[in-house]
Amino acid sequence: MKPASFSYHVPTSVDEAVALLAELGPQDGRILAGGQSLVPTMAFRMARPTHLIDINGIAELARLTAGGGIVTVGACVRHAAFDSGTLPGATGALLRKVVQNIAHYPIRTRGTFCGSVANADPASEWCCVMAALDGVAVLRSQRGTRRVPAAEFYQGVMATALDEDELLVAAELPMLADDTRTGFVEFSRRKGDFAIAMALVAYRLEGGVIVEPRVAIGGAEPHARRIAEAEDVLSGQAPGAAAFVAAAEAASAAVDPMEDINNTAAYRRGLVRTLTQRALESAE
Amino acid sequence: MTVKPTSWIGASVERLEDKPLVTGRGRFAGDVSFPHQLHMRMVRSSYAHGRLKAIDVTEARAVPGVVAVWTADDIADLPPIDFREGPNEKLAPFRQSVLAKDVVRYAGEPVAAVFATDPYVAEDAAELVTMDVDELDAVIDASLPASEFAAGLTTEPTICRQGYGDIAAAFKGAAAIVEMDLSVGRHSGVPLETRGAIGRYDAARDVLELHGAAKVPHKNRESLARMFGRSTAGVHLYEGHVGGGFGVRGEIYPEDVLVLVAAMRLGRPVKWLEDRREHMIAANHSRQQRHCIRAAVDAEGRLIGIDDDFFHDQGAYIRTHGTRVADTACGILPGPYRLPHYRVNAHFRLTNKTPAATYRSPGRYETNFVRERLMDAIARKLGLSRIEVRRRNLISPDEMPYERPLVALGDEVVLDSGDYEGLLNKALERCQWDRLEREVAERRKAGEYVGLGLAMYVEKSGLGPTDGARVNVHTNGEVEVITGGASVGQGFETVIAQVCAETLGVDYKRVRVIHGRTDRIEYGIGAHATRATVMTANATAVAAGKVRVKALDMAAQLLQTDAGQLTIVNGSVMRTDGAGASIDLGDLAHHLRPVSPTRGERDPGLAAEGWFTTAHMTYPYGVQIALVRIDPSTGGVDIEKMLIAFDVGRSINPMLVRGQLVGGFVQGLGGALFEEFQYDERGQPLSVTFADYLMPTAHEVPEVDILVTEDAPSSCNPLGIKGAGEGGVAAVGAVIASAVDDALGGKGLITQIPITPQAVKAMIDGQRK
Ligand SMILES: Cc1cc2nc3c(=O)[nH]c(=O)nc-3n(C[C@H](O)[C@H](O)[C@H](O)COP(=O)(O)OP(=O)(O)OC[C@H]3O[C@@H](n4cnc5c(N)ncnc54)[C@H](O)[C@@H]3O)c2cc1C
Repeated sequence: MKPASFSYHVPTSVDEAVALLAELGPQDGRILAGGQSLVPTMAFRMARPTHLIDINGIAELARLTAGGGIVTVGACVRHAAFDSGTLPGATGALLRKVVQNIAHYPIRTRGTFCGSVANADPASEWCCVMAALDGVAVLRSQRGTRRVPAAEFYQGVMATALDEDELLVAAELPMLADDTRTGFVEFSRRKGDFAIAMALVAYRLEGGVIVEPRVAIGGAEPHARRIAEAEDVLSGQAPGAAAFVAAAEAASAAVDPMEDINNTAAYRRGLVRTLTQRALESAE
Repeated sequence: MTVKPTSWIGASVERLEDKPLVTGRGRFAGDVSFPHQLHMRMVRSSYAHGRLKAIDVTEARAVPGVVAVWTADDIADLPPIDFREGPNEKLAPFRQSVLAKDVVRYAGEPVAAVFATDPYVAEDAAELVTMDVDELDAVIDASLPASEFAAGLTTEPTICRQGYGDIAAAFKGAAAIVEMDLSVGRHSGVPLETRGAIGRYDAARDVLELHGAAKVPHKNRESLARMFGRSTAGVHLYEGHVGGGFGVRGEIYPEDVLVLVAAMRLGRPVKWLEDRREHMIAANHSRQQRHCIRAAVDAEGRLIGIDDDFFHDQGAYIRTHGTRVADTACGILPGPYRLPHYRVNAHFRLTNKTPAATYRSPGRYETNFVRERLMDAIARKLGLSRIEVRRRNLISPDEMPYERPLVALGDEVVLDSGDYEGLLNKALERCQWDRLEREVAERRKAGEYVGLGLAMYVEKSGLGPTDGARVNVHTNGEVEVITGGASVGQGFETVIAQVCAETLGVDYKRVRVIHGRTDRIEYGIGAHATRATVMTANATAVAAGKVRVKALDMAAQLLQTDAGQLTIVNGSVMRTDGAGASIDLGDLAHHLRPVSPTRGERDPGLAAEGWFTTAHMTYPYGVQIALVRIDPSTGGVDIEKMLIAFDVGRSINPMLVRGQLVGGFVQGLGGALFEEFQYDERGQPLSVTFADYLMPTAHEVPEVDILVTEDAPSSCNPLGIKGAGEGGVAAVGAVIASAVDDALGGKGLITQIPITPQAVKAMIDGQRK
């Protein structure tokens, strides 16, 4: 469990980083952010990048800002930034709820939001947030800047629209209206593990009925996504058991769950129902 | 005024061994380095089963920094690794060779070894070794009919049989018969510190040294000396700190042999540190058994007979323990119950998985699960409460010592002492069982899935036959105990110091305990089978008692008092009435120096050797109770209450006993709900990281209530001690299974551990249909 040899680069600006990426990306150069996914896979030699471009020294990437209706999460913002709760409004409250489910605190102090987004693990909570809130991945290369919405960014299990010369400089999350209720529930065998399934919901009430419903499911399919069928069920209904049960049913019918040696598709489908219902019931 | 020596036995004093550990100055295998050392990296088979046609090491050898690459041909003169208890002709063909030759039998089997100047280089080079393997079908299920191991040999090297009485008659006369098919999953000790071995040959002294030894240094020295054709005087083992033993550490594995042979042949010290992935596929696995068991009972639920055929999944080879786990399982299965007729056949089967051996509470964790599932099933069948059926079968105190015509660990089973029903009553009262039962009934009515579980068990400890210790008082008053025991982190030094302090009359902090050095003491039993405290403490008491007599005798002369009027308090000899002068033990040691004129005819030194020999093991016992709640939508299990009641005969340090019980519980919980080495149908290991092999963490572990009793001191040793090392883990699989089953309606649905949420959910869905 010792990584194969690699060259190590420490750019101090985004321009320098993308210049390095342009040159080294095609030679299997990789970005090193928090290292909490990449370094273990290197130790197993499942990943063996020939070059590591460490972005931790780039000050401009460490910014977390909220303004103009958008939360912008720079590439070096750690998971733990959301533990402390400086972000305002319903979006801040949601991210505080979600972050408790990511790994354990020491890992959260190193791992980054954007690293999770780029890594695109099916069970990444931040990927589920990106999907639910229609986040945008901001990709920079020497060729320019692309802004890719979550629905197009995620393409499969750990597969994204990132090109090898592109740096994910930030993730942008459109802010939820202040009166949005949000809920997040996941299930894993132990606390801190990658979840077997998760559900994130958000909605507002207008005249006593649900408007702007969002239901996203992660962990169950190759990548997290919004489930329109469940959202349609909620739209225009009064919040309560009847609507929640129906939406949960719709979500579980709509997903096409992955299987592994411990989890059958049926088990995951059942979890999607339970978790969606619980996320709706706990939304506040 | 009479003076009163401090009592050390029974005091929860702090551990002597903690200071270097908590200040980061311990000495684990990884901390041991010698100048000019080489680093070894194993090349392991990636196939579970196959014919090894060729290995190509040329590329690896060419890497700068690589000193040697060995395959089986390079060490053709080395015999396979033998059994600790000595040669066994029948089992010999199934032993593991140091490096695989011709056939590989599990994914992870060592095939080649790379020696290099740097561990990174060694790992780079190891990747360049290629092998040509014809893959063969892998045997994954030990309960399928036996197949071929090698020409003329099957995958069932032996069947371990035990029993007594007339089993056919027992079943003929039964009022009811209960039959179950029960399985325990494959899991094992996964200590924080992986294994490590550093081999060094000291040509100046002609001594071969193994550093990083643990558990049984003396026995291992004998085995290694035999293997290399050296005298034991030319082989020494050194034990350092240990980041968890649990049965897996301290056995002789291929890596230990290789670092020693390489140290001799390459003329440089050789260091090997196991990485986590290796640990999961190379260190001993344990536990996996499937029992097809039947019980015959009379109309009142009393056991008439038990008939068990079980399949023991040994993995690919038979390692140092031989068939010990299966044998112990046979001998200990009846537990605390009277059993007139018994027959057990252990089908000892080889599969294409990592070889198996002991893990904390071997043979008991498995059989406690099996027997207690059976007792619950008997209760259900006869409409009795689970408590009542147990009461009717428990061996009573006036039947003690209770002889059973069975053997465990090569020792006749004689339950030395115990009040099993007494402890059951105390446990029920402690957790307020009746109230819990009422609460459970009410919560069930409200739709909750809650359940209570109970398990009773007999542990074994203090495997003999003999251990020795030497107690030596220095002229500054410091006391040294040199023992043949070993420490695997359990607080060994502290309890030995306490026993020495109590016997001798000194502060336990003045006692320095030396262990794990074959160059300082000739003989030792080490630390396994929960024997260190029982055996070494009693030997220490004998040695310290002799030193005490000698000290009093010398002091009597110097103080001109009768020795009978003297006692030792805090390291000073004084009159029991406190009057007159006193003299320190250090001064007495001074008077007993070889050159001292006051010594007289006495042998030099304030020192003595003591030996303790026992006829039988001693049997502590326990009761575990759990209250669980199931989330019916996810199948997740939450433990709301947990009680371990355990009788240790006599507790030398209650704090350490509690620590052993709670720590053991956590490991038991792993086997009950989380941990499992899984394989795919080709024999590929699927649990090679902590993301796949789920150890319980602080989040998953409930508060554990511990009730330690001393109602039945052992009749096997003067101190009355029984061991505590394995009592926490032994019945956790049993009790959690019982509680989850109860939460599912008490129908006997739980027949295997670990119990996964996926399985529980399927059972709930199945019931709803
Ligand atoms: C024990 C443990 C438990 C965990 N549990 C969870 C969990 O429950 N949920 C969860 O979501 N995660 C979990 N993780 C993963 C953790 O959240 C990681 O921090 C995260 O997946 C990756 O972020 P990172 O900053 O560490 O990225 P790194 O490990 O540095 O990089 C990961 C990958 O993304 C690429 N990358 C990173 N940043 C960028 C960028 N800005 N632009 C382009 N490419 C980039 C890297 O090249 C690499 O391929 C766990 C990790 C551990 C060790």
